[in-house]
Amino acid sequence: MIVDAFYAAPAVLILALAVYTTVVRGTFAASVGFLAYGLLLTITWVQLHAVDVALTEAAIGAGLTSLLLVRASHRLRESEAAIRAETPGLPLKLAAGLVAGIVGGGIALAVLTLPEPAPTLAPQVAANLAATGVGNPITAVLMAFRAMDTMLEAIVVLLALVGVWSLAPDRAWGGRQGPRYNADPDGILAFIARVLPPIGIVVGIYIFWIGADHPGGKFQGATVVAAMWLLAMLAGLTDAPPIRRRWVRALLVAGPLAFVAVGIVGVYAAGTFLGYPPDAAKALILVIEFALMPSLAFTLGLVMAGAPERPEEAA
Amino acid sequence: MSAVLAASTPGGLLLPAAVLVPFVGMMLALVLGARNVQRVAALTIVAGLGVAIAIVATAAQIAAPLEYVLGAWAPPLGIVLRADGPAIAMLLAIAVVVVGVGLYASGDFATPKGAPEERAPTVYWLLLLAVWGSLNLCFLSGDLFTLYVALELVTFAGVPLVCLDGKGETLRAALRYLVFALAGSIFYLLGAVLFYGETGTLDITMIAERAHASPATFAAIGAMTAGLLAKTALFPLHLWLPPAHAGAPPAASAVLSALVVKGSFFIVVRLWFDAVPALPGPAAAQLLAALGAGAIVVGNVLALRQERLKLLVAYSTVAQIGYLFLMFPLALDPATGALLRGDALTAGILQAISHATAKAAMFMAAGMIYAALGHDRIADFAGAARAAPAAVLAFALGGVALMGIVPSGAYVAKKLLLDAADASGQWWWTALLQGGGALTAAYVVLVLFRALARPQEPVAPKKPADRTQAVATLALAALSFVLAFATLGPLPDGLLSSAFSSKELLATAAILGAGALLAAGLGRRRDETAPAGFARRTALGIGRAFECADTMLRRWPVAGISLLAITSLFVALMAAVR
Repeated sequence: MIVDAFYAAPAVLILALAVYTTVVRGTFAASVGFLAYGLLLTITWVQLHAVDVALTEAAIGAGLTSLLLVRASHRLRESEAAIRAETPGLPLKLAAGLVAGIVGGGIALAVLTLPEPAPTLAPQVAANLAATGVGNPITAVLMAFRAMDTMLEAIVVLLALVGVWSLAPDRAWGGRQGPRYNADPDGILAFIARVLPPIGIVVGIYIFWIGADHPGGKFQGATVVAAMWLLAMLAGLTDAPPIRRRWVRALLVAGPLAFVAVGIVGVYAAGTFLGYPPDAAKALILVIEFALMPSLAFTLGLVMAGAPERPEEAA
Repeated sequence: MSAVLAASTPGGLLLPAAVLVPFVGMMLALVLGARNVQRVAALTIVAGLGVAIAIVATAAQIAAPLEYVLGAWAPPLGIVLRADGPAIAMLLAIAVVVVGVGLYASGDFATPKGAPEERAPTVYWLLLLAVWGSLNLCFLSGDLFTLYVALELVTFAGVPLVCLDGKGETLRAALRYLVFALAGSIFYLLGAVLFYGETGTLDITMIAERAHASPATFAAIGAMTAGLLAKTALFPLHLWLPPAHAGAPPAASAVLSALVVKGSFFIVVRLWFDAVPALPGPAAAQLLAALGAGAIVVGNVLALRQERLKLLVAYSTVAQIGYLFLMFPLALDPATGALLRGDALTAGILQAISHATAKAAMFMAAGMIYAALGHDRIADFAGAARAAPAAVLAFALGGVALMGIVPSGAYVAKKLLLDAADASGQWWWTALLQGGGALTAAYVVLVLFRALARPQEPVAPKKPADRTQAVATLALAALSFVLAFATLGPLPDGLLSSAFSSKELLATAAILGAGALLAAGLGRRRDETAPAGFARRTALGIGRAFECADTMLRRWPVAGISLLAITSLFVALMAAVR
């Protein structure tokens, strides 16, 4: 009974928060609702023993995305009234509710009819885990069996940054991203931004480091490190680098390019692109992860910093 | 377990190369910066074209599809890249269009020697390469999740191209595109997850063996199809396309209209023809083509109603996307109700390719006309043929190729589809295919009529035409026109030999004549409030009604409801009509 409630409570709260986030009128309130929703989802993933998914949800779903949403809602404050004026009338709302109900209900039914026990590749992953040299099956999937997807996802993040950069006014191209933040040097934000990053960076690197054999990995770890960097930027302790600098760009592409390079090494060493020779598999996977982690942290941090706003000389 | 294990074929390594060469080029260009961005892009385009040609040559040599098992991890654990006939055809066509667009863009997006790096050119070249790599992944991937990554890549590479000129209205258009495309992504991902839950694999060949008629499979196909249609902008999910494609710089519009929408279209083909050919059934295929028919009628009429050339070309894309979906009911095997990879599929791919070449040329031509006249108001085009002869000629060639007149690719495609419609007794598609050409002809005739008119005072070009741009535009337009001779698949005998007969010439005259009539009736005029006779007033009323319907359908809430309604309709039709 108590166990049932333990599982049911987050599920009910998640649904309630989903409804709240959808119907609440203010953008800021919806963003906060989304943050709470993400944290509860994290708990649910832990309950389902999907710790890797939980970490990702906490770092990227609840953390990074909510931060973006809160900052966006801050910027949207002035246009909030105009958005409300565009709210559709009752017939459209009813029609939308009807089709959404049909699709949602249909998907729920479809999920309930899925075969039991669920067909799964987990036994095959376990059987081939030894050949990859890593202990965490999720890492084996991401870095060996489906390495191409991971390589391309790293490029997706890079493209997202190019998209953010492309929003710069022409005169600010090559300059620094976002406004220059001037927090009170003796205030609480500056204090937190001094105390938290040393801990956060260690946590981020730890999550990354144990990813080979335990839940964790570079995406989650990089998100935590990026968040620490962003905190320091928001407190005015450091500034985003000018995007014209070659070292900035080299650091951004180093990870994905190293991934491609290791893939090409595989052609000669293992006979196939992205193949790893059995005795060097773990070493090669670690090379990719070590190259990818700083690039990802840097890219995610810059994505969060916003479009370039200040020409370099005016910095 | 699968009896046939996927294995790498000779030349298989070319497949990951086709995907990664553009991305590696993009990353190197980003690091080297400034003038080097364009240089690296040029080298990458040459290398990528070489890879595409090598893939065609290898496939011809081994006379079989190319396959590559990444990391030697065979599916279902690993991922396989596969280049079959349609994929190879698209791969080569896109490479050729990228070369043409790249040549054109070298006129607009060049960085002078010693000049500091600028935003628009840098972003343009990076994204051109990114779009290319992403599309190649759409064509080559044999795995539903890798295809999801490909869709994400296409979206993130495509969206910033929309707002490249940085104006507020283009930002709005880009955001519209981004949000609707992401909704499409979620629907696709949802379907992929359901497929995994049902079959335990994401590999398309294995899904073809394991998937069977079940609620989860129908929900998966419905959600994925609707999501992909939202990304392809098939009517009535086209809310984002006209502002996005019309507001971008010409070289970017060409990429968006000719290339980007083909990625999600191709994944619909993969899903329906390869993953679950037996499951959608006749009713769902009819619905897909019916949406296409709606696109053809609404897109073409709206094209006639536009004041500006770029919006006209954008609405012509809305219509042309409709043509791509006519093949689905015509590819059904009458005996089993399953989709067959035959002439109808060849026709659909041929249409996609001829639209890619023709539409790129038409947007580039529109850009040159704008540069020469300083505006793109169709009503004031008198003298344009003098001021920008190459551009008007390219626009005409591209437009005529889209109408389906001999010997264009669209003509061969139309012939193949007409034969399939006759063979299966689907007379309603015969009627649409015959009438559709006239609808396309209407706006081409309208533009040419205005451009060839004698101006009241001589028009001097504001800017001399860039010769490279003219050559690239004309070459792509000419290519779309003679595409029938370059088709990769074997064609039925007698298809082209009869093309110059008096019967065909009569058909061509009929298409043009009907098009001219439509243009005269529905085409936008400079002063629409002037007193007019009964016929003109009726035509004007019809045109306005279409405009109202389009405006209504392109409102956010309505488009969202359409997306959900189409999802449920597909699922209902698949489940009900077996």
